[in-house]
Amino acid sequence: MTAAHAYSGTHDYIASPELMQTVNVAVSLARPLLIKGEPGTGKTMLAQSIAKGINLDLIVWNIKSTTKAQDGLYVYDTVQRLYDSQFGDHDVSNIAQYIKLGKLGEAFSCEERVVLLIDEIDKADLEFPNDLLWELDQMEFYIPETKQTVKARQRPIVIITSNAEKELPDAFLRRCVFHYIEFPHEEMMKQIVLVHQPQLPERLLDLATEAFYWLREVPGLQKKPSTSELIDWVQALAMHGVDSGSVISRMPFMGVLLKKDTDVETATRALKGRKAGAGRR
Amino acid sequence: MFTGFFFLLRTYGVPVTLTEWLTFMQALAKGLAFSNLTDFYALARSVLVKSETHFDQYDQAFQAAFEGIETPQEIAEQVWDWLSDPLVIAGLSEEERRQLREWLGDTDLDELRRMFEERLREQAEAHHGGNYWVGTGGTSAFGHSGFHPGGIRVGGESRNRSAVKVAGERRYRAYRTDVSVGVRQFEVALRRLRQLSSKNESLPDELDLDGTIQDTADNAGLLSLRWQRSRKNNVRVLVLMDVGGSMRPYIKVCSQLFSAVNRSTHFKDLRFYYFHNCVYDHLYHDVVCSTSNASYTTGVMHEFSPEYKLILVGDATMAPSELMSKGGIIWWGHYNKEPGIEWLRRLAKHFTHSVWLTPVPREEWEWVWGRYTMEQVQKVFPMHELTVDGLTHAVRSLMVRK
Repeated sequence: MTAAHAYSGTHDYIASPELMQTVNVAVSLARPLLIKGEPGTGKTMLAQSIAKGINLDLIVWNIKSTTKAQDGLYVYDTVQRLYDSQFGDHDVSNIAQYIKLGKLGEAFSCEERVVLLIDEIDKADLEFPNDLLWELDQMEFYIPETKQTVKARQRPIVIITSNAEKELPDAFLRRCVFHYIEFPHEEMMKQIVLVHQPQLPERLLDLATEAFYWLREVPGLQKKPSTSELIDWVQALAMHGVDSGSVISRMPFMGVLLKKDTDVETATRALKGRKAGAGRR
Repeated sequence: MFTGFFFLLRTYGVPVTLTEWLTFMQALAKGLAFSNLTDFYALARSVLVKSETHFDQYDQAFQAAFEGIETPQEIAEQVWDWLSDPLVIAGLSEEERRQLREWLGDTDLDELRRMFEERLREQAEAHHGGNYWVGTGGTSAFGHSGFHPGGIRVGGESRNRSAVKVAGERRYRAYRTDVSVGVRQFEVALRRLRQLSSKNESLPDELDLDGTIQDTADNAGLLSLRWQRSRKNNVRVLVLMDVGGSMRPYIKVCSQLFSAVNRSTHFKDLRFYYFHNCVYDHLYHDVVCSTSNASYTTGVMHEFSPEYKLILVGDATMAPSELMSKGGIIWWGHYNKEPGIEWLRRLAKHFTHSVWLTPVPREEWEWVWGRYTMEQVQKVFPMHELTVDGLTHAVRSLMVRK
């Protein structure tokens, strides 16, 4: 592994040593890196950080439920060609002008090595990852319409994120290097928040993280708050100059952390229960 | 090398394949494990294990394979840190430091380092007590819990935790799918329950190329686009849930399943009915199970076509009479003219794709109270336990005609 390609985090992204190692393993084995983890643990941010950390361009392919593997390779704009044939203002025999490369095709045809992020692969159809096996393995694909092969000039670094909405097929998994981003522990969380809010008073940060981790442990929450919500919350607290004593006892602006009515109710009840318990002691 | 570890992983239920193992070997050959166990642990896991649900099994296998092994590099790293950090010695007073220097002779840190390296090379086994080898409880210059004022503490309490220790903590126990369950994981399992069909009510929004060419030709060459409906899930589901008293211990898991099924928006139709221990003449609309809010079971079968996938949720453990006899119904003031099993057979005959989920763990099926009725129910419906894995199997068997 050359030093130029070793990833060691960036100043705006806190990565665990294990994650850094896994990134480097994936890069030197030339395998796609599959990242899973709770929502809000920074899966998408990782690709940006890698691109920045080793100074490469980033191409993002956002997957939606309607995305097909073909869309990433190329799209043959038949309708445009049909229209053009109607009005005769283009040479319709030149099919190449109706071939539009998708994100994967774009990454392959780049002169420089790039980082390709396939974001939320689990959103697509179950068969989607299987349809990309050959392309990700060989880093090439064939366009029958123009009898042309698009081959990667520089093997891109492929980062794939998944929210585990669907199981990924085994054949696909076999080819990946896998990392599960665990929910950060308190110390790491403080660092992460500080990266986003460098001006934050230390005491407020301590109290907010304590309250945050307590809230995550409240039984019966349907959607636990995640990192991004904590960052928003401390910002709200800091902006409104909430007095630090009430951060834990009242948890103001709870709506920033919890997005469901029932969750807010559950948390409020737990908060009252905790106060009562503390009073008895 | 490490082939034993490969088989251990498989024994512990981590689905490692040969392809992945070869990739791992390739990674080792490239030196990506940096010859220490902590990096080895992370490397092997990232290449060999593809789901956090298997991390726990991986940890167990790792512990079994590498128990007791601590790589010298790991220890050495601690020592270098120790030696290069002047704060560690700062704990000693000037007087003590003078004594120490006297005791050690003219040993400077570099000398200590060299000695340590040498000693490590000479030493081939763990050593405790004594005054020369690196070990514990002795008076050698190297080790911990011993007495040598200028010695190097090796291992013991430390900042870096060894990989085996980390594996031993089993932090990923909660992610296992064969034991733990959660709404989210149930939902994932239910996603598999789908059958795509273009016969649905959605808007036609896909270009039908063949149709367009045909229409354009029919239209004397003037472009005429034809659109078709995209394919949508065509699966309809009917869920019958047991809310009898014996289900009480399983309320949590059942409610998790309930919310998962409810949140699955991908079904074309989804209906719930309730029953008490066993299905008889009535199916109830809510958990109270009162006849004022119920439908005739025959009516339900009439209303829902056989293409509905039937999922029964219940422990299937009851008194044999409840299942096998006329009038066996447990409720006071009720009477059933036909035994419950008859109703179950009828349901199974009508709904060609059906499955029974039981919250009773599979290993208890053989000896649990109500084993007899459980066996009888299994003759009628394919039975699976109510865990994520069980549900996955159930969904699979719902997709094929039994």
